[in-house]
Amino acid sequence: MTDLLSPDVERLLLDATTSRSRRVKNRLASIWMVGALLVALVPLTLVIGYVLFKGLGQLSLAWFTEDLPTITRKAGGGMGPAIVGTLLITFVAALMAVPLGILGAIYLHEYGGKGRTARLIRFMADVMTGVPSIVMGLFVYTVWTLTFGLNGFGGSLALGCLMLPIIIRTTEEMLRLVPDELRQASYALGNRKWRTILTVVLPAAFGGITSGVMIAIARAAGETAPLVFTIGAARNLNLNIFQGPMTALSVQIFGNAQTPFEAAQARAWGAALTLVGIVFAMTILARVVSSRVARRHSA
Amino acid sequence: MTLLLQDDGVAPHGGGDVSSLLEPTSGRRGDSAFKAVALIAGLAVLAILGLIAYSTTKEAWPAFKQEGFGFITSSTWIPAENKFGALAFIYGTVLSSLIALVLAVPVSLGIALYANEAAPRRLRKPVVYVMDLLAAIPSVVYGLWGIIVLAPAIQPVYKAISGAVGDIPVLGWFFNGESGRSYMTAGIILAIMITPIITSLSREVIATVPSAQREAAYGMGATRWEMIRAAVLPWSRGGIVGSVMLGLGRAMGETIAVALVIGSQAKITTHLFDAGDSMAAVIVNQFGEASGTHRAALIGLGVVLFGVTIIVNVSARGIVSRFDRRSQGA
Repeated sequence: MTDLLSPDVERLLLDATTSRSRRVKNRLASIWMVGALLVALVPLTLVIGYVLFKGLGQLSLAWFTEDLPTITRKAGGGMGPAIVGTLLITFVAALMAVPLGILGAIYLHEYGGKGRTARLIRFMADVMTGVPSIVMGLFVYTVWTLTFGLNGFGGSLALGCLMLPIIIRTTEEMLRLVPDELRQASYALGNRKWRTILTVVLPAAFGGITSGVMIAIARAAGETAPLVFTIGAARNLNLNIFQGPMTALSVQIFGNAQTPFEAAQARAWGAALTLVGIVFAMTILARVVSSRVARRHSA
Repeated sequence: MTLLLQDDGVAPHGGGDVSSLLEPTSGRRGDSAFKAVALIAGLAVLAILGLIAYSTTKEAWPAFKQEGFGFITSSTWIPAENKFGALAFIYGTVLSSLIALVLAVPVSLGIALYANEAAPRRLRKPVVYVMDLLAAIPSVVYGLWGIIVLAPAIQPVYKAISGAVGDIPVLGWFFNGESGRSYMTAGIILAIMITPIITSLSREVIATVPSAQREAAYGMGATRWEMIRAAVLPWSRGGIVGSVMLGLGRAMGETIAVALVIGSQAKITTHLFDAGDSMAAVIVNQFGEASGTHRAALIGLGVVLFGVTIIVNVSARGIVSRFDRRSQGA
């Protein structure tokens, strides 16, 4: 009805036929709904505003290239190792979780269907998305760090575990959108099932899968707790994720936020801006990819 | 193995597995190999969950063995005296998450209803977009804002409130204390973080309400609010409860933001404006200098957290899927 009638006509109708108390209740409900949105906008604006306002001053060429300063309470130095660390650790995590997640989703949708195994995996993947990131950190600490020491790969393992269920579930949703006619056409041409999946189904779902994967990666890039136990602390650039401690933007924000020193807090804001920049860029890119795909499909 | 075999009989997508009619041997091997690889990838989820439970429990065992049930019923946590009772932290996790729910649920539901029922069509997408952005901000950034901006700014407010109502019974039990970093601040930050989650999940649920229901309500002359009460809410109640519980699970596991703003004092109090501590926050704050039983006890907190979030998630998913089935059947 709201879409059929113009708001003015609707109001007229309501006014003519509705008692005062019912109208007041309706008005109060509208105020609640709009008010809720405004309330949610307050922290969003404040947080983004502060991150921009306090973080922009930190950014410079040196911020991206130089090592962390040796004395945290003084200004100077850069965030280079943390930026590289975040990107590298997240990239390696994606390298493990993306193929595994997509294959798992292929099993769920193309093979398992409504079978018992598939239903169990699906349910457990949902449950796994709810496992707190700190538990993933402790888990990797017990199975990797205790044996191999603090290094970037431990962080990648933990982030990969966080990404995996998200990738499985979003990919499965995307496979569901691929019309069965495509599969049947491929079979009719004599393709076997595995070839059909790899050359017909996956390309058809590519846009949606990419967008889901990027959201999972963006989420993981911002994680802190799983890294604190696993990657250690480093001031200098370390490109070998299997050897020696590393650092990451989120860990730097956490560490610097707890200090009372102005220079360290400023570095935390700068790191926050850099991290939010990376995460937003990926989230927005994912949106663009998925909306472009949606447009192509509807066309 | 029986589990695996059962799948073979299930018709896959594409209306029957015609591929078995094709060339006899060479490709069939490729098919079953590919299926096996995909299955192994899927089973990785179960393997990881099992391994999490096993290896963390194993590392935490010395603490569990030493403390017994005292681990969750005692509130004496003194690493120097080798005493590890986690009750105060469990209390803090529950209290801060409940505060978050009380603040976040009305807001989330309001936004979800607005985006689905009330907003003008061209505003609906931007509303969803804004919630996505809110969800994308890393928790550590909320923590940073909480500790440097919110906590000092809100401290005078706490002080004023507890000054005004602190001596009144009932109100004074809760609205008391004057610490900027407190249960309340942690609850506020958590509320900001779970609002987009509850909003987007319950929005999905509300979207499944058939438009015939809405039109029927409008047809009987209902106002929009009466339509929501009569058609939308009863239909989506189960799903909304489920999404709130998923938000609760998220709040209980959140670590970094809480660690920064909760104040880090193991204290059981009803005063919302007092400093406290939560399980996840203790783990991350103490892990660096912990060893031996202390470290085992911290991992034990992780095991408890894992167990609690699994229970919350499983029951939430159960509610949501029961609801899904009903709405599909209808």
